[in-house]
Amino acid sequence: MSTLDATAETARRPFAGRRVHLGDVLLQLVAGAAALYTLVLLGLIVYKVVQGARLSMSTFGLGFVTSVGWDPVHNAMGAGSFLFGTAITAIGALLLATPLAMGVALFLTELAPRAIRGPVTALVETLAAIPSVVIGLWGIIVLGPFLRDHVMPALHSTLGFIPLFGPYSTGSSVFTAIVVLTIMILPIISSISRELFLGVPGELKEAALGLGTTRWEMVRGVMFPYARGGVAAAMILGLGRAVGEAIAVTQVIGAGTHITWNLFNTGDTLASKIAESYQGYETNLEGSSLFYLAVILLVFSLAVNLVAQMIVRRVDRRQGRAA
Amino acid sequence: MSAADLSVLQRPNDKRRKRRFVNRGMEVVAWVAAAIAVGLLGLLVWSVAKQGASQLNLDLITKPPSQNEFALNPGPQGLANAFVGTFIIVAIATAIALPIGILVAIYVNEFAPRAVKNFLTPSLDILNGIPAIVVGIFVFGLIVVGHGQSGFAGGFALSVLMIPLVARATIEVLALVPDSLREASLGLGVPRWRTTLGIVLPQTVGGILTGTVLAVARVAGETAPLLFTSSIVGTQVGWNPSHALQSVPVAIYELSESPTPADHARAWAAALVLLLFILFTSLIARWLANRSRRKIARAS
Repeated sequence: MSTLDATAETARRPFAGRRVHLGDVLLQLVAGAAALYTLVLLGLIVYKVVQGARLSMSTFGLGFVTSVGWDPVHNAMGAGSFLFGTAITAIGALLLATPLAMGVALFLTELAPRAIRGPVTALVETLAAIPSVVIGLWGIIVLGPFLRDHVMPALHSTLGFIPLFGPYSTGSSVFTAIVVLTIMILPIISSISRELFLGVPGELKEAALGLGTTRWEMVRGVMFPYARGGVAAAMILGLGRAVGEAIAVTQVIGAGTHITWNLFNTGDTLASKIAESYQGYETNLEGSSLFYLAVILLVFSLAVNLVAQMIVRRVDRRQGRAA
Repeated sequence: MSAADLSVLQRPNDKRRKRRFVNRGMEVVAWVAAAIAVGLLGLLVWSVAKQGASQLNLDLITKPPSQNEFALNPGPQGLANAFVGTFIIVAIATAIALPIGILVAIYVNEFAPRAVKNFLTPSLDILNGIPAIVVGIFVFGLIVVGHGQSGFAGGFALSVLMIPLVARATIEVLALVPDSLREASLGLGVPRWRTTLGIVLPQTVGGILTGTVLAVARVAGETAPLLFTSSIVGTQVGWNPSHALQSVPVAIYELSESPTPADHARAWAAALVLLLFILFTSLIARWLANRSRRKIARAS
C-alpha cells in the first residue's frame, strides 16, 4: 500500500507535484476576502444605522415606535403614524396584488396559447424593471388625478359607509400609494408563483383531470395546495418590497402624521418619511430619529427575509420527501 | 363501488353546468388579470412616451439646466448634469460590484465548505432584501457625515445593491458548468486557480454579462440610495466624483415634486430616456442569456 503510494507520488512529481500552488492560495484568499466583505458590509449596515439612531433611542426609548407625531421643534417625534401608514399601504397592496398575480400566473401556466406565453411572461417581468421614480412620476401626474376624478368619487358614493372610503380632496393619498405599490409588487409575486405552478408534477394534474374535475377544480384542489408554501413566501417577499419602497410612495402619498382609516387622506410610511427628509433636518435629534425609522425598516426586512427563507426551506424538505 | 359510480352518472345536469360555469368564470378572471398586468405596462410606457417624446431633443442631454430659472427667457433647459452624473456614479458602482460579486460567487461555488456556503447564500439574499432607502441612510452615516456628499458615496451606495445581484447571477451560471470540465482540467495537472480562472470562468462569461447588464439597468434607475449621498448639487455639469453629482433618477424625483408644468415636461423626457435605456438593456440581457444558454446546450 505504502509502496504503491510512493510510486504514485514519484510518478506524479515530474509534472504537477503535490505542492500547494501559490495561485490556489491567492485565489482562495482573494475570493474569501470578497465573501468576507459582503458579510462585513451586512454587519456594518446594521451597526451604522443603529449607531445613528442611538441619540433618538436613548431619548425616546421603545415608546418611539408607537408614539404619534413628528414635531422636531418641540423634540416630540414618534414612528406610530408611519408604522400605521406602512402597514395599511403594504397590506392594501398585497390584498390587491396577490389575486391578480395568481390570475396572471395561472394564465401563463395553464391557459395562455403557447405563442403568447413567452411574450406575456417577458412583458410582466418588464413591469418589474421600470424604475420606481418613473412609476411615481406617472402616479403623481396621471394616476393621482385620475383616481381623484373618477375612482374616489365612485367608491365614496357607493361604499362611503365604510370608513376606508371617506371624503377625498387630492390625488395624493394613501389609496394612490396602494395602487402604485400594487403595480410594483404584482410582477414579483406573479413571477415566483408562475415558477411554482410550473413545478407542480404533471401526473398530479392529469390524475385530477382524469377523475373528471374541471380545470379550476384541479387548480384549487391540486395546484394551490402544492404551491401554498411557495406562494406564501412570494407574498412575504412582495410585502417586504412594498414596505421598503420609498421613492414612488413619497411621490404620491402626500405626507402627514395623522392616523386615519380614510384611504383618501394623505399619509406617510416609514420609508417615505426618511426619503422626504433628504434635504436636511432641523435638529440632531430629528436626524437620529430618521435613523431610528431606518432601524425599524431594517429589522422588518431582516425578519421578512428570514421567514421567507424558512418557508422555502420547509417546502423544499417536504417536496424532497414526497419525491 | 358501483353505487358511487352510479351516483356520479345520475348527478343532475345543472350541477355539472354549474361546475363548468365556475370553471369558465375563473378562466375569464385569469385572462382579465393577465390583461390588466400587460395593460398596466402598456399604459405606463405609453404615458411616458407620449408626454416625454415632445420634450425629447438633444438639448436635454447636452445642455445643463439654466443658471437663472427666473429669467424671462431662460433658454433651452437640459439635464446634461444628470446624465453625466448617472454615468459616473453607475460606472463607480459597477467597478466596485463587478469584481467583488464575481469573486464572492467563485468563493461560494468553488472553494467554500458546505456550511460556509449555506451561510453565505442566505446572507446575499438578506443584503439584497435591505430596502434601498436604508442603504442610502447607511452610506449617509458612514461617509456623508464627516466627508460630505459625493459621487463616490453615491457609487458606493449603488454597489451595495449591485453586489448581491452580480453574485447571484454568477453563482447560478457557475453551477451550470459541468464538473467533468473541472475534473478534466485538474486531472491534466492544471492547478485549481488556473482551472477556475482559465477553464470554468470563460464558460460563464455570457451569464455574468447578462447578470451585470441587468444589475446596471436596475441601479441606474435607483433614486433612494442617492438621495442622501449625492443629491445636493448645482446646475453645472460636473465630472469629478469627489463632489456631489446630479443623477437622472434624482432629477426626475425633484422635477416631479415641482409645481411647474415645464419641470414636469423635463421629468417626462428624462423618464423616457431612462425607460428606453432600461428596456434596451433588458432586451440585450435577454438576447445574451439566450445565446449563452444555446452555447452551453451545444457544449454538453
